[in-house]
Amino acid sequence: MARRLTFHIFRYNPQDPASSPHTDLFRLEETDSMTLFIALSRIREEQDPSLQFDFCCRAGICGSCAMVINGRPGLACKTLTKDLPEDITLMPLPVFKLIGDLSVDTGTWFRAMNERVGSWIHTSKSFDPNGEEERMDNAVAEEIYELERCVECGCCVAACGTANMRADFMGAVALNRIARFMLDPRDQRGDKEYFDVIGTDEGIFGCMGLLGCEDVCPKNLPLQDQLGILRRKMGWTAVKKLFRFVK
Amino acid sequence: METILTDLLCIGAGLAGERVAVEVASNGFSTICLSIVPPRRSHSSAAQGGMQAALGHCTMGAGDCPDVHFLDTVRGSDWGCDQEVARMFVDTAPIAVREMAFWGIPWNRVVPGKSSYFKGGQKYEKVEPGERKGLITARDFGGTAKWRTCYTSDGTGHTLLYTMDNKVVELGVTVHDRFEAIALIHDGETCTGAVARCLKTGQLRVYLAKATLIATGGYGRIYRETTNAVINDGSGAILALDTEVVPIGNPEAVQFHPTGIVPTNILVTEGCRGDGGTLLDVNQERFMPQYEPQKAELASRDVVSRWMTHHIRQGFGIKSPYGDHLWLDIRHLGAQHIKTKLREVDEICNNFLGVDPVTQLIPVRPAQHYSMGGVRTNKDGAAYGLKGLFAAGEAACWDMHGFNRLGGNSLAETIVAGKIVGERIAEFLKGYETQFKTNTVRDRLAHEEDRIQRLRARSAGKENAFQVRDAMQIELMEHVGIFRNGTDLQKAVDTLQEIYARAQRVGLRSNGIGANPELGLALKIEGMLQLAICVAYAALQRTESRGCHAREDFPARNDRDWLTRTLATWQKGHDLPTLDYEPASKVLDLAPGERGYGVCKIISCDGEIIGD
Repeated sequence: MARRLTFHIFRYNPQDPASSPHTDLFRLEETDSMTLFIALSRIREEQDPSLQFDFCCRAGICGSCAMVINGRPGLACKTLTKDLPEDITLMPLPVFKLIGDLSVDTGTWFRAMNERVGSWIHTSKSFDPNGEEERMDNAVAEEIYELERCVECGCCVAACGTANMRADFMGAVALNRIARFMLDPRDQRGDKEYFDVIGTDEGIFGCMGLLGCEDVCPKNLPLQDQLGILRRKMGWTAVKKLFRFVK
Repeated sequence: METILTDLLCIGAGLAGERVAVEVASNGFSTICLSIVPPRRSHSSAAQGGMQAALGHCTMGAGDCPDVHFLDTVRGSDWGCDQEVARMFVDTAPIAVREMAFWGIPWNRVVPGKSSYFKGGQKYEKVEPGERKGLITARDFGGTAKWRTCYTSDGTGHTLLYTMDNKVVELGVTVHDRFEAIALIHDGETCTGAVARCLKTGQLRVYLAKATLIATGGYGRIYRETTNAVINDGSGAILALDTEVVPIGNPEAVQFHPTGIVPTNILVTEGCRGDGGTLLDVNQERFMPQYEPQKAELASRDVVSRWMTHHIRQGFGIKSPYGDHLWLDIRHLGAQHIKTKLREVDEICNNFLGVDPVTQLIPVRPAQHYSMGGVRTNKDGAAYGLKGLFAAGEAACWDMHGFNRLGGNSLAETIVAGKIVGERIAEFLKGYETQFKTNTVRDRLAHEEDRIQRLRARSAGKENAFQVRDAMQIELMEHVGIFRNGTDLQKAVDTLQEIYARAQRVGLRSNGIGANPELGLALKIEGMLQLAICVAYAALQRTESRGCHAREDFPARNDRDWLTRTLATWQKGHDLPTLDYEPASKVLDLAPGERGYGVCKIISCDGEIIGD
């Protein structure tokens, strides 16, 4: 027999003076292959049309629908209700500013992050429309793609002990982005320039090594390895800097 | 009321909108992108397969050039496209791909030496020459003569969008995310911006702009079963229809993709078939070769979708609680290939279906996928009817796709059209001055405020916006689908008109305060119905079969009467659109002929009947 699911959903509309933070209960009959996308859409359309949440691609590609599902950040679209108990608690992601109910403002946060890490190819060359493209080893291209698969959903930030304590911490997503550009031969920044971006407590040295980021990453990015590699590299850069300073 | 002034207002920040913004901003003009989601969440990110450009680097692409790409595109369009635009497009695509490489795309590259590939379930061998090592490579896609689709594993849309948005950040282009344009500001001759609703606070805001671009993507969400993201609900087309003067080109041209998974309609990439996947029926037998001996699974999307539907109708579908479907088989490609080149497919199947494509078959059936129709523009991207209004990408009918778009040509269009239209807008803006008429702005804003008040007060009625939308989606799906006929289309037009009347009586059930989602839908439901009626009515009038538009009662492609593009506008107070027609192409570099696949009965321009 189909289960009867109970959803405990965080509610608050900051734009409405009559609204205060609380939890609402909704009940739904579970159906085959039900995801949280299907469940939340049904709740909105059949029970409460004011319920705010974000979905876009509904296929685990765009990163819109991250939320805290029974205490764990994840993408709601690819969470099957059959993998959850009958009681399901949904909360908005922490760290990001609340828009309403389960919807948070990731756009502002990620734009600022991208500006901060200089998330683009830094080069003095200019594009020649008539020339052949610069050649690249396919293995390098695939290695870059591995790190570029991040969808900026914010799960790693929400699961990060440091990011939850200090607003200026960049988080695994920023460090992964730097690692992506360090791999890219087209980016002409050297270790010293990367160090200037992430060689502080707001960056690589603020990480407490709890590795919640990798545990919750819905794209299974190797965040732990990247943190390790960056730390080692930046440690050496720091030592070299110190050495030059002494000299 | 907050009012913001800019040179260019880009409505939409997917690949097309951002590419235009990058071009215009690089020319020194102030540019603001509005986006209903953070830009990197745009539906462009979901394109897995790749971007067509005739580089000809890989062995199977040897000898490719823009001329061959042009022939494929025009044939693919079933001669419904604008050939001048197709020519500009194919010539610019290789430059655009290289430019994206320069900006940071990790395109897959040529790896010298022997490797194997699959075609139609058979294994073949190819050798890549040493001298091409490291150049941008390509994969096979339907409807193309050469391997031409450049790709980054199966995340091409994702890497393109991230790289493009990186460029936007680098240039400091302003993006106002979670803003939705709800009306254009115009006086019937010139467009001077838009009224937008903030999806964080619910506040309205006026944007005044010398040039306004519609780049809002497609409108698949007017159909029930679609591969489109939930944001692709036609807001750009609705803005245009609301002006009464800007036409939607070819609204009846709606593409279905052969491989939406059952039941969620999430797309698995054409790369599955391009890389050698096959379609199987209830007996686990291949059926495409019996219908299309040459191209089989790699015929164009409209053709494969139709044969799949036909085969299911013949009783060869697999029964399921969600209706009949067919199988997609990629098992023979092997775990290594599936888990790297088709990883997104692997994840989708495992996460959303509980199916492991390495060992199991994937349930698929055709689902609505792409809107060839859109805001009609000239070759410069300027919309018909209003000065200062432009459109690009899937939202536009620029018209290089005609009546069927080839796989890999949509990502290519977003970037190529973005580049070209961006250049034209920059030229337009040089020395251009306009006047912002305060009464036009005031009236438009008052009109939108009034609409919101009436919806909140339920003064027009108590219809439920979600239920009205559902009724529309079902009607289009049932009667304006892959196969069409006069009786069903007439029924659809009649029913949609009834639903349109209901849409005019929608009232909110919630309070509508803040980023209220019900209000968002209620504000556009009338426009969605107008768009839906445009699709159904234009399909009813077009008494021929061309590309994706397949009329069972008119199976021949009729060049004598219908080598035309539909132009649909909507006059206030009417319950049907006004349809006009223009020649599909001013220039016919490639005279109409057989596509080489699909149904080939043609009534030629001089009335001669070809094929049977």
